[in-house]
Amino acid sequence: MRGIAGRAGRRFVSSLPALFGVLVFTFLLMRVLPGDPAIFFASGPNAGQAEIEDIRRRMGLDKPVPEQLLLYLKDIGTGNLGRSMTTGQPVLNDLRNRLPASLELTFCALLIALVLAVPLGILAALRPGSVVDHAVRLLCTLGVCVPTFVSGLLLIYVLYYLLGIAPDPTGRIDIFASQPPEVTGFLLVDAAIAGDWEAWWAAASQLVLPACTMALFVLAPLARMTRASMLAVLTSDFIRTGEALGLSRRRVILVYALRNALLPVITIMGIVFSTMLGANVLVEKVFSWPGVASYALDALLSSDYAPVQGFVLLMASIFVLVNLVVDLLYGLADPRVSIG
Amino acid sequence: MSALLEVEDLRVEFGTRHGVVEALKGVTLSVAAGETLGIVGESGSGKSVTAFCVMRLLERAGRISGGRIRFRGEDITRAGRRVLAPLRGAAMSMIFQNPRAALNPIRPVGLQIADVIRAHEAVSAREARERALALLEAVRIREPVRRLEAYPHELSGGMCQRVMIAMAIACEPSLLIADEPTTGLDVTTQKAVMELLAETTARRGMAMVLITHDLGLAAQYCGRIAVMEQGRVVEEAVPDRLFGAPGHPYTQRLVAASPRRDSTVAGLVGESEPRAVVPTGRRLLEVAGLRKEFGGVAAVEGVSFHLDAGESLGLVGESGSGKSTISRLVCRLLDPTAGSIRFEGEEIGAIPAGRFHGSPWRKDIQIVFQDHGESLNPRFSAFDCIADPLRRLLGMREGAQLRAQAEDCAARVGLPGELLGRFPHQLSGGQKARVGIARAIAPGPRLLVLDEPTAALDVSVQAVVLHLLDRLRREEGLAYLFVSHDLNVVRMMCERTIVLQAGRVVEEGRSEALFAAPRAGYTRELLAAIPHFEPQGEPVPG
Repeated sequence: MRGIAGRAGRRFVSSLPALFGVLVFTFLLMRVLPGDPAIFFASGPNAGQAEIEDIRRRMGLDKPVPEQLLLYLKDIGTGNLGRSMTTGQPVLNDLRNRLPASLELTFCALLIALVLAVPLGILAALRPGSVVDHAVRLLCTLGVCVPTFVSGLLLIYVLYYLLGIAPDPTGRIDIFASQPPEVTGFLLVDAAIAGDWEAWWAAASQLVLPACTMALFVLAPLARMTRASMLAVLTSDFIRTGEALGLSRRRVILVYALRNALLPVITIMGIVFSTMLGANVLVEKVFSWPGVASYALDALLSSDYAPVQGFVLLMASIFVLVNLVVDLLYGLADPRVSIG
Repeated sequence: MSALLEVEDLRVEFGTRHGVVEALKGVTLSVAAGETLGIVGESGSGKSVTAFCVMRLLERAGRISGGRIRFRGEDITRAGRRVLAPLRGAAMSMIFQNPRAALNPIRPVGLQIADVIRAHEAVSAREARERALALLEAVRIREPVRRLEAYPHELSGGMCQRVMIAMAIACEPSLLIADEPTTGLDVTTQKAVMELLAETTARRGMAMVLITHDLGLAAQYCGRIAVMEQGRVVEEAVPDRLFGAPGHPYTQRLVAASPRRDSTVAGLVGESEPRAVVPTGRRLLEVAGLRKEFGGVAAVEGVSFHLDAGESLGLVGESGSGKSTISRLVCRLLDPTAGSIRFEGEEIGAIPAGRFHGSPWRKDIQIVFQDHGESLNPRFSAFDCIADPLRRLLGMREGAQLRAQAEDCAARVGLPGELLGRFPHQLSGGQKARVGIARAIAPGPRLLVLDEPTAALDVSVQAVVLHLLDRLRREEGLAYLFVSHDLNVVRMMCERTIVLQAGRVVEEGRSEALFAAPRAGYTRELLAAIPHFEPQGEPVPG
């Protein structure tokens, strides 16, 4: 156990230079991109040169770039991510308010994807080349090649517009439902804590469509990975041992094969999670989901430096964190890892 | 005694990309209760397929196309899972080659034993654990309570095989099939495992089918032996008769090709003895105080030896003795922690291993690896494999001269020229071995390091390859550093032998003297552990 913690610690320390690199790179990238924030945030198209200069000075853009970078790093060191020009709020607050929305969506999507992908992967591996295998392959291919905004809109069209089962696809909770008192920021958790099941249901039904859209997109890597590693494990010697000594089919597949086959799936899961959190901005846009990705996109379009830099830093940190968690999980799941 | 297992005219087909291949062409065998039957044969003879058929563990591509398998009088040839599941593990069990891979890597071994017990008997988890503990004691695993929680990677190969045996006998089956149970284990471990198996089956009245390529092993532990060749049983007899007076030509060849205490390289392939090599007495290699540490642990410690030009020196020892490490140090694939390696009087140990390929000595010291399949580039044809060192070490350009030189190398190792265009996967094990040897002799080395060059080959192929190596040495005046776990092979191939244990030299001497009268206790132990099939150690007549 201590070995695993030590390894996690070492991994964390060794990822710090990468985090720093991300910081500097994003900073420089934002300066290189065309667009002048001072002009963008000036009161109007006919704002005077003096006003623009004033804004520029207030934002610290009149200083040379290296000095700006040092100031920025100093701010980061004191936990200050700057202020968003669009919302007028400190970036840290904005991110803190919006991150739970993204996390809740991503967690649910990952859960749905896993619940679907793992059994599908197993089924496909048990009968390679069969109808089931091909059906799973088709589903996975569709999931990857249909862009999320198309599948999201399709789901809305069918389930909301045609059938009327799903609620109005905007935001995290029906505007007429009462918002539960905020504890964690996760609506489902908060509603459950407050015992407000009506709000819970409202939030859950809002969540289903975007979560399914996201899940469909990441179904393929998870299901294909499960299938491939399951196929490899099923031909290994210890499965033959299990068969030779009369273990039940269920035990051989679920305890002997699946647990071994899930090891690489854990690794893929970490990558999939990080991707979903940051890159699925389209889902957030289609469903007007108040998450961090759409926030960062809006900021990027208006050359608002601070939120974009804050967002990239947040994503990089989450990526490191997720990798640590994956490492820990892997260490728990595979006794061979803790040595060496 | 009525037969416990009867196999009648069994035929098995495998569907492959190149059409249907018949793996078994009518195999008939029977095993009586309590009896031990040995099945010997080389790879591809169908001995393992026969066993998998009995257990019904054939892979998807395999199909029983004819014949019958009866167990306790019941026909199980086409039985479904429902009939088989209660039989497997409870009435007939199987243990496998490579025991560590045969165990679930992420489940404690105690639980795996308990899994087998609970698959056949309705017992509580606690009771199953108690019985698993008793079984670990029965297979003589030290500290059984602690080992219950151990994972396979924490156990040695021998211990894994003991755990496997514990699983196989957990539910008191009446038949145990052991498929190459000790291949890949050290001789002393092999002896311990085989004795455990023999004793266990005798005490519990179990019948055993021992599948092996090692004739000595079969002779020592089986009451009756069946010899298989290309999907058929060609001969079946008690060991004394089978090895004393083999009837079938294939058995005769197999017996002749198996290295014994008194065999010679020429004798293995049925030739007369060539005259002995006269050592030149010119010092080629001088190793002194060699030490190599891995992560602070010394794998090789204070090893010194020398090798004359044209001489062959054997390094023997069990796994972990440091013999492979020494071979890699000498051919400069590893850097020593301390000590000197002098070649032709020049200190080559100081040249970093990462840069040795650029040194002028590289072409003088070449290596032949154990796994001939893995050590050839799969995207290189045989010609490219042989021509590569010519291009890189001798700087030869593409053209007629390179072609001629590579063809000459191939001819010297007896590789037919028309095979040069083939890729490794299109060659047999023996042919790949020849390519590996041709590649090593291509740049004209003076020292050849041979790291278990025949360990992965069948005995008949091994005989031919050993003969080839011996002939090459005589004809080209090469010096060999010959690493092997097989003492009989080393005795035949080398004038002098060094016995290693835990990274240190235990004994050194002229091969005949060392094997005839070993001084160190460890050498005696090693020699005693080799299974042999000569009755009372006498040479086989004829």
